[in-house]
Amino acid sequence: MPMELTQSRMQKIWIPIDHRPSLPRPCGPQLTNSPTVIVMVGLPARGKTYMSKKLTRYLNWIGVPTKVFNVGEYRREVVKEFSSYSFFHPDNEEAMKVRKQCALAALRDVQLYLKEEGGQIAVFDATNTTKERRDMVLDFAKENDFKVFFIESVCDDPSVVASNIMEVKLSSPDYRDCSSAEAMEDFMKRIDCYQVNYQPLDPDNHDRDLSLIKVLDVGRRFLVNRVQDYIQSRIVYYLMNIHVQPRTIYLCRHGESEYNVLGRIGGDSGLSIRGKKFSVALCKFLEEQNLKDLKIWTSQLKRTIQTAEALKLPYEQWKALNEIDAGVCEEMTYEEIKETYPEEYALRDQDKYYYRYPTGESYQDLVQRLEPVIMELERQENVLVICHQAVMRCLLAYFLDKSADEMPYLKCPLHTVLKLTPVAYGCRVESIYLNVEAVNTHRERSEEAKKGPNPLMRRNSVTPLASPEPTKKPRINSFEEHTASTSTSLPSCLPREVPTQNLNLNNSQNQF
Amino acid sequence: MASPRELTQNPLKKIWMPYSNGRPAQHACPRGVCVTNCPTLIVMVGLPARGKTYISKKLTRYLNWIGVPTREFNVGQYRRDLVKTYRSFEFFLPDNEEGLKIRKQCAEAALRDVRRFLSEEGGHVAVFDATNTTRERRETIFKFGEENGYKTFFVESVCVDPDVIAANIVQVKLGSPDYIDCGNDEATEDFMNRIECYKNSYETLDENLDKDLSYIKIMDVGRSYLVNRVMDHIQSRIVYYLMNIHVTPRSIYLCRHGESELNLKGRIGGDTGLSPRGKEFAKSLAQFINDQNIKDLKVWTSQMKRTIQTAEALGVPYEQWKVLNEIDAGVCEEMTYEEIQEHHPLEFALRDQDKYRYRYPKGESYEDLVQRLEPVIMELERQENVLVICHQAVMRCLLAYFLDKTAEQLPYLKCPLHTVLKLTPVAYGCKLESIFLNVEAVNTHRDRPENVDISRPPEEALVTVPAHQ
Repeated sequence: MPMELTQSRMQKIWIPIDHRPSLPRPCGPQLTNSPTVIVMVGLPARGKTYMSKKLTRYLNWIGVPTKVFNVGEYRREVVKEFSSYSFFHPDNEEAMKVRKQCALAALRDVQLYLKEEGGQIAVFDATNTTKERRDMVLDFAKENDFKVFFIESVCDDPSVVASNIMEVKLSSPDYRDCSSAEAMEDFMKRIDCYQVNYQPLDPDNHDRDLSLIKVLDVGRRFLVNRVQDYIQSRIVYYLMNIHVQPRTIYLCRHGESEYNVLGRIGGDSGLSIRGKKFSVALCKFLEEQNLKDLKIWTSQLKRTIQTAEALKLPYEQWKALNEIDAGVCEEMTYEEIKETYPEEYALRDQDKYYYRYPTGESYQDLVQRLEPVIMELERQENVLVICHQAVMRCLLAYFLDKSADEMPYLKCPLHTVLKLTPVAYGCRVESIYLNVEAVNTHRERSEEAKKGPNPLMRRNSVTPLASPEPTKKPRINSFEEHTASTSTSLPSCLPREVPTQNLNLNNSQNQF
Repeated sequence: MASPRELTQNPLKKIWMPYSNGRPAQHACPRGVCVTNCPTLIVMVGLPARGKTYISKKLTRYLNWIGVPTREFNVGQYRRDLVKTYRSFEFFLPDNEEGLKIRKQCAEAALRDVRRFLSEEGGHVAVFDATNTTRERRETIFKFGEENGYKTFFVESVCVDPDVIAANIVQVKLGSPDYIDCGNDEATEDFMNRIECYKNSYETLDENLDKDLSYIKIMDVGRSYLVNRVMDHIQSRIVYYLMNIHVTPRSIYLCRHGESELNLKGRIGGDTGLSPRGKEFAKSLAQFINDQNIKDLKVWTSQMKRTIQTAEALGVPYEQWKVLNEIDAGVCEEMTYEEIQEHHPLEFALRDQDKYRYRYPKGESYEDLVQRLEPVIMELERQENVLVICHQAVMRCLLAYFLDKTAEQLPYLKCPLHTVLKLTPVAYGCKLESIFLNVEAVNTHRDRPENVDISRPPEEALVTVPAHQ
């Protein structure tokens, strides 16, 4: 019978009983069919790696499997001892050969990642400053049916360049045996090596048919050409909203609530006595932090607003920051849930990220709901977000690059402020307990759950993955040329992981 | 130890706010949409027939829909009101002193109205739609913005493709009041001459001379963009919107799921399947879609059983969007209106008083829905042919966006079961066709009753409830 549907037990998704090939995708907008190679372009110390890592973190968090391939790291694997900038001199033929092979090795790994490892986006992080190099990458992508999107960072402000060098270059493995002054001098000469042959992207003429964004002067200006699809449009939007101004993000939960004390989840109760004490402590803490222009955001639930009220500062209420909706389990204790809905209780422990409460939400839903909050956090400077346990876990996972698997178990105790400061390529986190006792609401992974999620379970998109470890395996044994085309010599033995967008027909039976 | 202020929950929107002496103290600002402190003045720039008015109107419609009070001020309109009869392009000749005087007056009159809208009438964004092709004119406007405490954002449309310009002229200029007594060829010729009048003095936004201005330059109908100094959230949203819209012809089909079991019983919300008639509708929909012969149709549903069942009958791939789910009626889920009146008469009355802002206890409001649906609208703008199978309240929100309806009108738009609305962009708006697929269904539309007082008797509350089992 057509139109007969059944609801998956874990994610509460309606699917036809007779699995016909054209299964729906229970996600948001269909992201993209062809995988995409993002190609970074720019002189050294222009923020390419910064943007690569940040973008990758964002894309993984919203569920698009993404990975960075940093050619410099391939080079460091091959050339064990970095001598000096002369390695990068355009006349150094030996070095040029090595560098080209590193690029090819990285591209081979890109191909593997996108074709066989379930990757959706690969970020090819290198200078790519010549047309010749970019044409090579374009050819590679064409052979493999990958879309290409260029991100060029152009910056001539010497103070920005110097500051970048200080922030991330001086501590590079390349300069581990150098003094700061030596390193700085060498790096400036390294940049000069590239400058000579630098051919910026030219969307008015030579590159008019390429999809690209040129980021000028750290985001003051952007030139965008031929955005092809949804994901490129999101990437552009993201790049246009991020900034590098120093600032701090504070995350905390509301003060202990009446329901917390009773062990009840959800609901809309007010603060307990200790919760109110916490808000006063929070007020004092913020005064001591002496912040310029702090924005304060709360949810629309009473407990976060009560907490904010004690700060005696203006605050904005966001419905999107409301706690995860526990549907039919709202306001129950875990014991009551176990008794009334034993199957739901067990399912949640099996896969806490994907599990959706009946008529409620899942962590996966939360991520989708919170994306505009993340985008606005990127735009802002100093912000304090007073929210809830599950919400805070999602936000924290974004900043600390945690996977979907880890996210629902991140520790976000009551009465503890997490202070996040962007530094180098990541985020420093300080945890400050404000010395007001509260109940513990954290539940560890159950024994059942520790066995790991059912590998046969269907995945959707919107699966935060932590950005994968960069692939450093050198694929070079000698200084011979290898081509990066789809040669048959590539190993095809790697098992294909289930890409998060495509539903695996055969596995659906395990849902019910 | 000073206690935090006591909170009270606003009965309509269910927003918690502090109060003292029994009255709400501070108007807490619930972030529904981007709240700007300074009003924003958007200044269009470009030769005639470059899509400035098209962009102005579309952008205004979008901003109003997401809740940012916006209005466009078209200087050409002011000119038409002042100079009753348009004679020829000679009015626009750069040495026509009389013409220049009038045109300057019109610009000034429009700016006065901008000031009234932004500084006195609670407007947040004003779109100043004129050619603004000289740096001098733009400086005047920028100064005006500064004096009044507005942020200024320029939107320039640059296009040299003669086919695009010709198409624009055909779409929107030939039907202009200016050319009401002209034949098409005459009108086109005159308009081309009009464009020439501006060309000599046209100073495009320059990357050096204008480097401190905030602007977006749109090239070749969206092939590429230059974005400079985006200052705040609203400008960032405007840029994102402008970068997602396109002008490729296409159609958007909106319809609800087939009649559901709960529809028959007059119950709201829930997650039931289709009734027999609902299933029949699904089949008719499949036939209809087939007959429409649509190229590359995308089909979207919610994650509720009834829309998915409907889509299943089409036999084509579809995508499920949770954000397309029906409005959450909270504690009133699966009730009939009679039951709501019986158990929650106050809520029922409040809803009739302000159906757009009213939030069900533990549920949502239309206002919440709009915010939830914004990504759907954005993706609809990116896409081409799409069929959206959704729900009554959701469909009303989407329809209100396309047809530029106000918050007051939105919750009462008629979206009956078993009826497909076909929307086709044309000129500055949307052509709407309503196609009833000839399968009977209950009526689920409840009009606003006369008496919305909380003390009204039940009969008066229920007088507009449609019939059900």
